[in-house]
Amino acid sequence: MLLRFLLAAATIAVFIAAGSLLPARAASLETLLAELPEGGYDERAAVVTAIAGTGDDRAVALLEALAEGDLRQMKDGGQIVRVVREGRTHTAFDPLTGAEIGEISSRAASKIRVNNKLRRAIAAALGQLTLASPDRARRLAAAASVLKTGDPEQIEALDAALETETDPEVRTAFMDARAAAVLNAARPTAEKVAAIAQLAGRNDPQVLSIITAATTSDEPAVAAAAADALDRIEQARAAWGAVQNVWYGLSLGSVLMLAAIGLAISFGVMGVINMAHGELVMLGAYTTFAVQELIRSFAPGLFEVSLLIAAPLAFLVAGAVGVGIERGVCRYLHGRPLETLLATWGISLILQQTVRSIFGPTNQQVGNPDWMSGAFEIGQLTITWNRLWILLFALAVFALLLLILKRTPAGLQMRAVTQNRRMAEAMGIRSGWVDALTFGLGAGIAGLAGVALSQIDNVSPNLGQSYIVDSFMVVVFGGVGNLWGAFAGAFTLGIVNKFLEPYAGAVLAKVLVLVFIILFIQRRPRGLFALKGRAVES
Amino acid sequence: MKADPLLDLKSKLFLALLVAAAIVVPMANLVAAPGSDFYLPSFAVALFGKYLTYALLALSVDLIWGYCGILSLGHGAFFALGGYAMGMHLMREIGPRGVYGDPVLPDFMVFLDWKELPWFWWGFDQFWFACLMVLLVPGGLAFVFGWLAFRSRVTGVYLSIITQAMTYALMLAFFRNDMGFGGNNGLTDFRDVLGFDLRSDATRAGLFVASAAALGLGYLLARRVTTSRAGKVLVSVRDAEARARFLGYRVEGYKLMVFTLSAMMAGVAGALYVPQVGIINPGEFSPANSIEIVIWVAVGGRGLLLGAVLGAILVNGAKTLLTGWVPEIWIFVLGLIFVLVTLFLPKGVLGAFGTLSWRSGGARRGASAQPAE
Repeated sequence: MLLRFLLAAATIAVFIAAGSLLPARAASLETLLAELPEGGYDERAAVVTAIAGTGDDRAVALLEALAEGDLRQMKDGGQIVRVVREGRTHTAFDPLTGAEIGEISSRAASKIRVNNKLRRAIAAALGQLTLASPDRARRLAAAASVLKTGDPEQIEALDAALETETDPEVRTAFMDARAAAVLNAARPTAEKVAAIAQLAGRNDPQVLSIITAATTSDEPAVAAAAADALDRIEQARAAWGAVQNVWYGLSLGSVLMLAAIGLAISFGVMGVINMAHGELVMLGAYTTFAVQELIRSFAPGLFEVSLLIAAPLAFLVAGAVGVGIERGVCRYLHGRPLETLLATWGISLILQQTVRSIFGPTNQQVGNPDWMSGAFEIGQLTITWNRLWILLFALAVFALLLLILKRTPAGLQMRAVTQNRRMAEAMGIRSGWVDALTFGLGAGIAGLAGVALSQIDNVSPNLGQSYIVDSFMVVVFGGVGNLWGAFAGAFTLGIVNKFLEPYAGAVLAKVLVLVFIILFIQRRPRGLFALKGRAVES
Repeated sequence: MKADPLLDLKSKLFLALLVAAAIVVPMANLVAAPGSDFYLPSFAVALFGKYLTYALLALSVDLIWGYCGILSLGHGAFFALGGYAMGMHLMREIGPRGVYGDPVLPDFMVFLDWKELPWFWWGFDQFWFACLMVLLVPGGLAFVFGWLAFRSRVTGVYLSIITQAMTYALMLAFFRNDMGFGGNNGLTDFRDVLGFDLRSDATRAGLFVASAAALGLGYLLARRVTTSRAGKVLVSVRDAEARARFLGYRVEGYKLMVFTLSAMMAGVAGALYVPQVGIINPGEFSPANSIEIVIWVAVGGRGLLLGAVLGAILVNGAKTLLTGWVPEIWIFVLGLIFVLVTLFLPKGVLGAFGTLSWRSGGARRGASAQPAE
């Protein structure tokens, strides 16, 4: 057996050294195939090893068919075929080319028998073939399959492959696979302990189960090493789990902030709650949808930049509707915040139903451009691109808004009206104009939030409803008229929510957060960052 | 008539009308022959009964919003809690007649493979206990919530938002199966109440009369509160809370009293609502429902108790008719009602056609009582 393995390894080495000898290989594969049914199991095992030695691509399918017991020899002519059974019909295929030969009767061909010894030889041969494959993906897949089975027969093949492998990622995969195989083989204890150390560096559920299995090993040293490694892995997982929660929390927080920040400034300046805010978010999402539909029909090439086109449009659409709401309704309800709340609720119903009538009640498909899809990994943390972009987008919007409020004349006037409306009016600020501007700006940001949300959530007429209560909570928690309040409120609530979720479940976590806010309001009735001074009592 | 502030002409008219309705509607259903011009189908009796419970609910909101300036966007929660308390009793009354035939556990618990009745279901097999809970659960929640909120002087928009958060949180909680209140499906498949079959016409008529009686009593109670000295203080809190406080009134106490009372009225309304519609589910907690209650009050006339009753019946009547004719248009109409009423009818239908002045609050004089149908 060992001799044959050496022979096989030598054959591989010869062929790799010889480079491409295609015709010769092809010929030898065909002759070897013809030898398959002949002789005892030992001799046929040698043939299998030799087939692996050819390094021929077609050999993989051939050996797999053999292992499955699908290979048969025709009784007349001795041709070897692969038979696929479907019900009672047997269809024969050429085992090498895969070409269909035709239907045969079940008695026309006799099965090429395999026993366990031969199966092992086949598995080893398959491992060799794929581990030495010139295709990198295939080598990785082979390593993964060895890792999964932990087949000790593959150790030699892996050693051979490791000698020639240069790709670092594949090398690591081979080492891990070899470690998994070593744990199952009759090897010295020290080698097994080293194998555990090798595996502990890698973190996936499969490795975890391998190491967990090793904790029950007969050898105390191995079991101890495995238990130790298990502890370390668990700790690392807990740490990464926390990081993951923070990331999810940041992601949720960024969405909440986008949805709430517009609400916060209009609440701050005018003291009114805009119940239609969620619907303005929804309008932004539908603007994105409409832009993408137009691009699909008229300029498919622009799809990658569709969001860049949609963002300013969504800002304008939602902003215009916002100014319309302010000029048409809120202006007349000045000083009556509760009535404004009811009127804007009515507007939200109308907007919702309008969108429902135009686009229908079902969810609309908004596509992700390539740069928004996919994910990458840092350690055990998976970060999806769309979440990352939305976080960055939210931060950019926040910074821009801060800049507008702190560095522009309009921002100065807004802050003045927020702090003391009548004093600001006395100083010559046209508070009505400031109201419309603030409301429009808040609404426009809601539109931008809609563009972002269209990438991660269902775009339906109810989109706004699902965020409105949460955005209120952010505003009430953070304090009105204060951008930093909304910022801190959104991210705190996002992270707290995501940390509670694993323990309490998503719904209960949300309920707990709401109860927490209701209690928090008792302590600080004006939020985390309350305005100070006379404005408070008005 | 001025001698009796509790029962002015309007109130007498309203109560007389209510008594008339409580006699005529059941008669039209039970005595009149089907097919005759006077016959009222059974579903209509249940529908009108539902309107009466809505009117009681609107009355409870008007009591705090119209007279005390507390805009609760979570009053649907008290209504639903009262409804759940009654629903739990009705579930227990099903007994072994459920699909799974378990004598103690309601069907959904058998379905969830629960072995015994959770502690918060104990006692609900007794009607008197359920009735007590209809008052105590909403009242208790309102007391705790109000005590926390009013003591910290959470007012205005902030209060509205956290009441909304309260009902939203309850909705999410009740949607969970683990809560033990039937989760998504709520409580339904009721058989009878106090041994009377809920599907029979006589029981429906009885529930209608009970609803009318509850509305009448609720009205008298609200009237009693608003015409009393305490009612005057409430109005002053509504118009200038800080001033009332500086005059030495314990504003928190008055607010807490009226808020708790209002929650209990809402609970009773919910308890009468559930047997008439035959189901209670977590959807009743949705914030949208609670805001809708407020608009009933606004339509009828805020700060006028009869306005709330009228508004609830008008808006719900319109809803029933419009959703029957053109379902898509109802939401538009509701939205427009919100906008137009707040813009053009700040005193509501009743206030707009009356001669009273908004600021005076308290006892109303000479308002033309629009008969409530």
